[in-house]
Amino acid sequence: MADLHARGEQPEYLFWVGCAGAFDDRYKKVAQAFVKILTFLDISYAVLGREESCTGDPARRAGNEMLYQMQALQNIAILESYGITRIITICPHCYNIFKNEYPDLGAKFETINYLQLLDQFIVSGKLSFDAAALGGVCVTYHDPCYLGRANDMYFEPRSILKKLTTGLVEMERNKSFAFCCGGGGTQMFKEAEKGNKEVYVERTEEALRTNATVIATACPFCMTMITDGIKSKNREDEIKNFDIAELIVQSLNL
Amino acid sequence: MGKQIAFAVILLATLGIFSYTISRTIRYFKLTKKAFPVRDFGKRLQVMMSVAFGQTKIFRRPVIGFFHAVVFWGFCVIAVGSVEMVVDGLSGSEKALQFLGPLYDLIMASGDIFGLLVAICIVIFLGRRLLFHIKRFEGIEMKRVSHLDANIALSMILILMISLLGMNMAYLSIHTVPGKQVAGVYPVSSLLAGIFSALPAGKVFVIYETCWWLHILMIFVFANVLPYSKHFHVFMSVPNVFLSRLDPLGKLSNMDNITCEVRMMLYPEQGAGLPASVLPPERFGVKDAEDITWKNYLDSLACTECGRCTSVCPANLTGKLLSPRKIIMNIRARMKEKGPGLVKNGTGFNDNKSLLNDYITPEELWACTTCNACAMECPVNINHPGLIIDMRRYLVMEEASAPSGIKWIFGNIENNGAAWQFSADDRMVWAKDITLNQN
Repeated sequence: MADLHARGEQPEYLFWVGCAGAFDDRYKKVAQAFVKILTFLDISYAVLGREESCTGDPARRAGNEMLYQMQALQNIAILESYGITRIITICPHCYNIFKNEYPDLGAKFETINYLQLLDQFIVSGKLSFDAAALGGVCVTYHDPCYLGRANDMYFEPRSILKKLTTGLVEMERNKSFAFCCGGGGTQMFKEAEKGNKEVYVERTEEALRTNATVIATACPFCMTMITDGIKSKNREDEIKNFDIAELIVQSLNL
Repeated sequence: MGKQIAFAVILLATLGIFSYTISRTIRYFKLTKKAFPVRDFGKRLQVMMSVAFGQTKIFRRPVIGFFHAVVFWGFCVIAVGSVEMVVDGLSGSEKALQFLGPLYDLIMASGDIFGLLVAICIVIFLGRRLLFHIKRFEGIEMKRVSHLDANIALSMILILMISLLGMNMAYLSIHTVPGKQVAGVYPVSSLLAGIFSALPAGKVFVIYETCWWLHILMIFVFANVLPYSKHFHVFMSVPNVFLSRLDPLGKLSNMDNITCEVRMMLYPEQGAGLPASVLPPERFGVKDAEDITWKNYLDSLACTECGRCTSVCPANLTGKLLSPRKIIMNIRARMKEKGPGLVKNGTGFNDNKSLLNDYITPEELWACTTCNACAMECPVNINHPGLIIDMRRYLVMEEASAPSGIKWIFGNIENNGAAWQFSADDRMVWAKDITLNQN
C-alpha cells in the first residue's frame, strides 16, 4: 500500500491479510489462493504489508479492552491515512470487528467478506466454474460462528460451493444451529478447560458422519481446529480440509 | 354488594403486594449501569411481534415449541376474559364486555378453545417433567427448588384452565334456559356442559361461583408469586424482547471510558478536548451485582431457565463447567442477595462476597468460545456472551488475571502486533513465490 501511495495510485480495495494469513503456515496457503483469484479477476487491490497489525480481536474477546482499542485506533489511523474506503477480509474475526466494532471508534470504511465478493462475481457471470473440475466431490461446509450467527452470512458460502460441486452435504447442525469449532473467543491460544471432550473433536466427528471427503471452512481458526480434528481421528489421508478460496483455485486450476 | 366489597378488598390487597414487589424491583434496576440507548421503536416493534408474539425462536425446537406457543397465545386471549372478570367483580355486572358484540363472541370462543388446549399442553409439560429425564432440565445450577418452582407454576396454570372451563360450562348450563340469554360463544364448554344437566340449578350455581372465585383468586395469587419465581418470565419476557439489543450478535459493546484513556495515551495533545461525562468509572468490567447493566438484570428476570442456551453450548456439551443458563441465574440470585444491602447502604455496601468467584468462577468464564449459540437460541433474546466478556474484562483489566496462553498473546500483540510471535517485517513472506498457472 505504501508503494502505491507513493506513486499516487489508489487501489479499489484493501485486502486485509490478517495475522493468520501472514503467519500461520497452513492458512498462508489460503491467503495465497485468494490473491490468485483477485489477480485472475483483475481486481485492483493492495495490502498493508508490514504496516498491518492485529485487529485486536483476540485481545478484546479475552477481556483486554485497553489493548484492543490501542490496536484499533492505530489501525484506523493507518487506514485513514491511505484513504481506504473498502476492505476485504478472509478471516471472519477480522470481518466482524471491522464491520461491527471499529465504527464505534470512528471508522468509516466498508467491510466486505471475501465470500460476498466472490459470490457477487459469480452472480455477475465474471466468475464461473466447470462443475466437473472437482469431479462432484462430496463437500460439507462448516459455518464459522463469526460469519454465521454473528453476521447472518449463511447463503454466500453455500451458493459458491454449489457452483463448485454437486456433492454439497449438510452436517446435522448447520447454519444458525452450527456447532462451534472450539477456536473462537481466544480458545485457539489456550488449553481447554477441564472437560470430557475437545470441542473440535465433537465437530469433526459430526462432519465425518456426513461421509464428505472435503470439509470446507472459511476461517483460519476453524481450519486449525478441523484439521487437528481430522488428524486426531487419523483420517488425514482420505479427508481433506480446504478453505473455499482453495477449492476455487483448484477448480479454476490457477 | 357483599361480593363486590370482598372483591374490591382482595383486589386492593393484590395490587398492593404487587406494587411493593415492582417498586422493589425498580430500586434494584436503579443500581445498575447504563447499557444502550433505546431507539428504533419500529425495529423493536418488529422484533417483539416476531420473537415474542410470533414465537419464532421458540419454534427452533418445533415440537415442544409448538406447545409453548399454544400456552402463550392462550394466555394473550384469556387475559381479556380476566379483565372482564375484574370489571364484573367490582361493578357486580355479568359479562361486562358483551357490548363488543361479534368481537366478544370471538374472544370468548378463542378463550374457551385455548382453555382446553393450554390445559392439554400443561399436562404434557408436567408429564414430561415428572416422568421423563430431560437433559436440558438438569445441570449444576438446577437445584430441587428449580424443579419445584416449575411444577408449582404449571400446576397453578392447570387449575386456572380447569376453573375457566368449569366456569364456562356452569355459565352455559345456567343460561341455556327459556328467558335467559348466553353472552359469548363457548365451543368446547358447550360440548361438555351436558355433564351438569343432571344437577339441580342451585348446585350448578355454586359450581359457577366456586370456579369464578377460584379462577380470579388464582390469578391474583399467581401474579404475586411469579415475581419471586423463575416465572417472572411471564411478565418480563415480552418487555425483554422489545428491549433487545438490536446489534448483530457478533458485536461487543464499546467501553467509552477506555476509549477516553487510550486516546489520551495515543494523542495526548487532544486529551483536554474530551467531554467530562466520559470519565473512568471506579471499576472496569463486571465483578458484582452493581456492575451489571439494566439489560443484564432484565435478562435475568426474563429467564425461565429453559436451558436452550446450555443445551447448545459447545463448552457445556464437551463437559466443561460453563453453563450460560447458570450465568444468568447467578445474576438474579446475586442481585436478590446484595440488592437490599445496596439499596439500604448505598453503592459502597460490601458483604464480603461477589458475583465473580462466589457465584461464577473464572474457569467457567474462560471456557466460552463466544460462538453465540446460546444467544441465538434464547427465546427471549438474552445476551450471555456480552456478560461473559464483561466479567473477563474485570479479570484482565482489574486483576491482571488470565490463563497463561492468553497472557502470552497479549504480550505478542503488544510487542509485535500479532497473536503469534512473528515480526511485522515478516508480514509479506507469505506472498513470495505466488505464481498463477499459465493456462
